[in-house]
Amino acid sequence: MTGKQKKLVRLSACAALLCGALPMAGAMHIMEGFLPPRLCILWGAIALPFLIAGYFSIKRTVARDRRSVTLYAMAGAFIFVISSLKIPSVTGSCSHMTGTGLGALLFGPSAVSILGVIVLLFQAVLLAHGGLTTLGANTFSMAIAGPFVSFGVYKLCQKCKVNKMVSVFLAAALGDLLTYCVTSFQLAAAYPSATGGVLGSAVEFLGVFAPTQLPLAVLEGLLTVIVMIALESYARPELRAVGFEEA
Amino acid sequence: MSKRNKKIVAALLALCLALVITPVLALRGAAFGGSDDAGSVKVSEITGEEYEPWFTPVFEQLLGGELPGELESLLFCVQTGVGVGVIAFFLGRFVERKKMQSGEGKAAEE
Repeated sequence: MTGKQKKLVRLSACAALLCGALPMAGAMHIMEGFLPPRLCILWGAIALPFLIAGYFSIKRTVARDRRSVTLYAMAGAFIFVISSLKIPSVTGSCSHMTGTGLGALLFGPSAVSILGVIVLLFQAVLLAHGGLTTLGANTFSMAIAGPFVSFGVYKLCQKCKVNKMVSVFLAAALGDLLTYCVTSFQLAAAYPSATGGVLGSAVEFLGVFAPTQLPLAVLEGLLTVIVMIALESYARPELRAVGFEEA
Repeated sequence: MSKRNKKIVAALLALCLALVITPVLALRGAAFGGSDDAGSVKVSEITGEEYEPWFTPVFEQLLGGELPGELESLLFCVQTGVGVGVIAFFLGRFVERKKMQSGEGKAAEE
């Protein structure tokens, strides 16, 4: 990252802090018009520095080795596929996975925010799924918080010498699950319950999302492992190009 | 791909399938509505009144109503199709490249 790029990221980070943005967990795919305008702007401001950092991170990696482009395309396509599939869950309702774990492991968390925001835009504009006003909040939960957790879990597993495929599974599954936890908190912050306040309603929202999402998080973990096996078998040069070195 | 990896992938795929099918079979008659919708129901439960979204999706404004269900599933399919196409295209190229590099005989081995 050049000095100028660093400055820009820092500047936008400061802007986010000025908005009174405390890092806070939230959840995903909040529907259009369901957050008050104040919160829409707030989440947008929080998401912005990550997007800018992600843009530069992608640019840098691609400039270093053009072969990495294919992996970006594949990771983005993975999010496309995974987040378009509505899967039935044990609670009798459907939900979908995020697919951002794979990209987070390959490129690091900030680059995924760009891939995620593309998918969210597509769904918000064409499918009325999520929304433009809630784009910032949804980006934060699905394309920023989730990937950061995935990345962190993976690094932690590597430190503890956990089997590679197990760590990939854990990283993707926990990242997926956390995305929905974050969404619950985002909704709770907008709709504190009369009796329990923000925490009380967070528990309520978690009660809706978490049980549904649990099996899907496992599913996403499994799928991510499958893709990872395929990539390690056939795309070693590309994996090296993005700096994802196998041990 | 090594023999061992092939077995792992097959087992994982079977597990995925089981995960998806089990709830459908176990919960006959469940509606399987979206959990995003369940979220908005919860919102009105907590606030005690029907929530009126202050902004409706751009596309719905253009259409003057909700997107018809069939069209929505079409667009979801487009999304899936684009994604699968990209992944399959590149993965196919990777597999062929490996075959070319290692020669026909060794291609099966990792």
